[in-house]
Amino acid sequence: MGHYLGAWLLALLQTAFFVAGAPLLAGWVKVVKCRLQNRQAPSLLQPYRNLAKLMGKEVVLAHDASWLFRGAPYAIFGALVLAASVVPLVFTHLPTTAIADMIVLVGFFALARTTQALAGMDIGTAFGGMGSSREVTIASLAEPAMLMAVFTLAMTASSTNLSAAMDNILVGGLVLRPSFVFALLALLMVAVAETGRIPIDNPATHLELTMVHEAMVLEYSGHHLALIEWASHLKLMVYATLIVNLFVPWGIAVHGKSGALLIGLLAILVKLAVLGAMLALAETLVAKMRLFRVPEYLSFAYLLSVLGMLSHVILEVGG
Amino acid sequence: MNLTDLSLYQQAILVLAALVLFSSFAMLAQRRKSALIHIFAWQGGLLALTTALVAYVSGHWHLYLSAGLTFVLKGLGIPYLLRRLAKRLKIYREQDDLGQTAVVMMIGASLVVFSYYVSLPVMQLSTLVTRNTIAVSMAVVLLGMLLMISRRRAIGQVVGFMAMENGLFFAAMVSTYGMPMVVELGIAFDVLVAAVLFGVFFFEIRDTIDSLDIDRLNRLTEVDERVELPE
Amino acid sequence: MIAALTVLLGLPLAGGAALAVTGERPWASRLSTTVAAGGLAASLILAWQVFHHGPLLSSNRYFYIDGFNVYLVVLTTLVGLTTAIFSAHYMAHELSRGRVAPKRMRLYHAMYQSFMFAMLLSLTTNNLGVLWVAMEGATLTTVLLVSLYRTPEAVEAAWKYFILCGVGIAQALFGTVLLYFAAGQLLGMQEEALLWSVLYDAAPQLEPSVLTIAFVFLLVGYGTKVGLVPLHSWLPDAHSEGPTPMSAVLSGLLLNVALYALVRIKMIVDGSLGAPLAGKLMMGFGLLSFLVAVVFLHRQRDIKRLFSYSSIEHMGLMTFAFGVGGPLATFAGLLHMLVHSLTKSAIFITVGHASQIARTQAIHRIRGLIRTQPTVGWGLLMGTAAIAGFPPFGIFASEFLVLTATMKSWPWLTLPLLIGLALAFAGLFRHIQPMVYGEPPEGQHPIYADMAPVYLHLGLVLWLGLAIPTVLVQWFDKATQLIAGAGIL
Repeated sequence: MGHYLGAWLLALLQTAFFVAGAPLLAGWVKVVKCRLQNRQAPSLLQPYRNLAKLMGKEVVLAHDASWLFRGAPYAIFGALVLAASVVPLVFTHLPTTAIADMIVLVGFFALARTTQALAGMDIGTAFGGMGSSREVTIASLAEPAMLMAVFTLAMTASSTNLSAAMDNILVGGLVLRPSFVFALLALLMVAVAETGRIPIDNPATHLELTMVHEAMVLEYSGHHLALIEWASHLKLMVYATLIVNLFVPWGIAVHGKSGALLIGLLAILVKLAVLGAMLALAETLVAKMRLFRVPEYLSFAYLLSVLGMLSHVILEVGG
Repeated sequence: MNLTDLSLYQQAILVLAALVLFSSFAMLAQRRKSALIHIFAWQGGLLALTTALVAYVSGHWHLYLSAGLTFVLKGLGIPYLLRRLAKRLKIYREQDDLGQTAVVMMIGASLVVFSYYVSLPVMQLSTLVTRNTIAVSMAVVLLGMLLMISRRRAIGQVVGFMAMENGLFFAAMVSTYGMPMVVELGIAFDVLVAAVLFGVFFFEIRDTIDSLDIDRLNRLTEVDERVELPE
Repeated sequence: MIAALTVLLGLPLAGGAALAVTGERPWASRLSTTVAAGGLAASLILAWQVFHHGPLLSSNRYFYIDGFNVYLVVLTTLVGLTTAIFSAHYMAHELSRGRVAPKRMRLYHAMYQSFMFAMLLSLTTNNLGVLWVAMEGATLTTVLLVSLYRTPEAVEAAWKYFILCGVGIAQALFGTVLLYFAAGQLLGMQEEALLWSVLYDAAPQLEPSVLTIAFVFLLVGYGTKVGLVPLHSWLPDAHSEGPTPMSAVLSGLLLNVALYALVRIKMIVDGSLGAPLAGKLMMGFGLLSFLVAVVFLHRQRDIKRLFSYSSIEHMGLMTFAFGVGGPLATFAGLLHMLVHSLTKSAIFITVGHASQIARTQAIHRIRGLIRTQPTVGWGLLMGTAAIAGFPPFGIFASEFLVLTATMKSWPWLTLPLLIGLALAFAGLFRHIQPMVYGEPPEGQHPIYADMAPVYLHLGLVLWLGLAIPTVLVQWFDKATQLIAGAGIL
């Protein structure tokens, strides 16, 4: 019983850590990007300051705003916190992963996205509707690609449980799997699209012709906006953690001993820092894509994940 | 087959095979000619590397020779030839109109499934470590064919043709550790001659129809409804 | 034996090289003819040896010659010689009309000899890999000849020919790899496992499932070169746009060699499968090609395209005959290969002259040949009669044998065959009749035409139709025994 409670406690702690650490990752990406572009970097803690500032501000609501518009920020944030609670960050044997597997995780993302798209259309401004339609277009293509990539991993691990998948890789040691190469590439491409980074969307601008995510949240202010911003930081963090821990799980704690936890914490910090730097580098090197090229990009991601599954079946299992 | 039973080198062969397959798809998706030729060169290089690894794992020394031949011919020679031709014909920077890439990609993916299905009996018989890549090699052949069908420009068709040859070489290498040397050399000679002939053809096509757009080559049809012009 | 073989293969190779080096000289076509004549002599010596001593296997086992391929070798060198004789005057005439640049004649002569070499190599080699290399070589040598006139149509035809045959032949290589794989399981991965003679002996132990897949790939691959529907579309283009001597050797020889490769492989596959799957596939594709070609015959406007569809029709019929299998059908197929080659090359030579007289290849503008130049008119008429299967000619005999064999094993298939033959007959004569008898247009003059090869071929075909010499029957019977397991005598 004590063990059980301890595990839940650890899971709760980890989720709290997730939520608290998310703006830090966003800040880190921004800092690296500024450095790469020879600009003066803001402080690492700037996202926290932004959130705090927005929290303190008054919420201005449009006349036509319904309950959906007011409730959406909470729903989005809630869905992403739940998503974060399922993903092992420093510790694999989470009791939550036994309840919710990879598919539920994809479902949480879908819930957040749908709510956001609905809220974007709620007020009836042109930008909101445009952003929502773009978001849904991207999502409808990105989601199958992500599911396919996740299934490829699940087939290798013979389980859709995230902890089990990571354990499987940890036990097997270093095995070069062709399917993982494809799944990794596909997941990276999907993550870039889903978290609204270059080349799909640019989080730094409000250019009306190209914006997707920003167009939807244009009408939000005050703590509503803070929650949505936080949720999008969280989304980046969840995707990043998912990628590093699924493909390079080494270092993660497999039991609740404090020493192992400490190593796990250090490992995840290093891994996320590296991935964040890579993302910043990619954003610096790549130009934003025209919107009508996005379906092509995402169908390529889908193709990659299909190839991943095929190479699992053909090359790894064989006849 | 259990992947964990294989040595790292053998796993690397599988990964490289997967990358060769990926390069075929990348060619299908590529609009720019310069990039198309680049990817083709990469495929040749990957193929040579795979061959060298297979040679190392299996201990067949003659495969090193094939690897070297492949690298020189497919990784350097033919891409160089194509690049020079494209530059001389001033089409190096041109973009192909591809139409529905996504559809072509999905056809490609189904071709991979088809090759798996067809080569299953072969895979079950084979005892070589490379047996699982037989389906991939066949897929590379079929994808080369798809590339030829989906392209309207002569250069794209030539790259498709050469990619098909790559697939054939790959098939011979992974299913039987290469064909006998006489045959291997004969094939390499044929490929080289074909590459030179393609070059001659580019100029002939350009001289006669002023374009390298294969769609313009449409004077001959099955039922021959040509209008006869008075002499 | 080795001496004759060396001469047979070495002559065209050396001749091709010499013609490539010396370039266009007045004596180039004479040299070409001499080389072809030497090849014919060597092939006859080889045939005589095979006839008396049975199949020959060279000591390094690279070459294998039995009754089946030696007859095709003789046929190839014979048609090669007569076409070379014809092409001397024909190409000189084209040169004077300015259709082809003098510089390109070097290419023409060199490639003609290299093409002969490639075909003779594919016929005599024992190694299935070398067979593939030689078949691809035959494509590569002819592709520039098809575009010799450098008109947009000629370049298009050559491009199509190159691409389509390239795609097809690639499938054949994949099939060869699979064959090698299947043999390698048994004999080890070494050169031996690609030798036809070894594979044929080991056939019963080869894995049937792999051989089935291999055969499908090989059928698609070599079938493209045979001109089987649906991969036939290069054939009419290449025949109609290339120079006429090319059409004669493509139709008369290259298609045969591709079919030869297919039959050789069928022999191995049959030995392994013990079931007539390969034969059924060949029957299906053969019949389809036959019927499709017959329909398209009616809709042609170009005289050379007309006869190239007729080639597809006949190749379909031969493929069908070899597919039916059994001694009678095989015998018929072999005979049909011979008479079709002779007749079709004669027709293309005549057509070449006819289009030089009328200065066009368009059917509706070729008129009154028999009045302008009776030898050409009669040649075309007799050639068409022969190819359509008129009784005294040899094609009647072989088609009759095919029908009889079909009647025995697949009675209900004789009906489509009969209908197809009747339609083909109508289609050919509908076009030919006005060309031969119609009113000649103003100012149409006879040209210098060397009709000797045509009448030689047609005479041979007539002879084969009236009475096949006993020697030839025995010879064919030996080949039939090899392919079908039993003779008809």
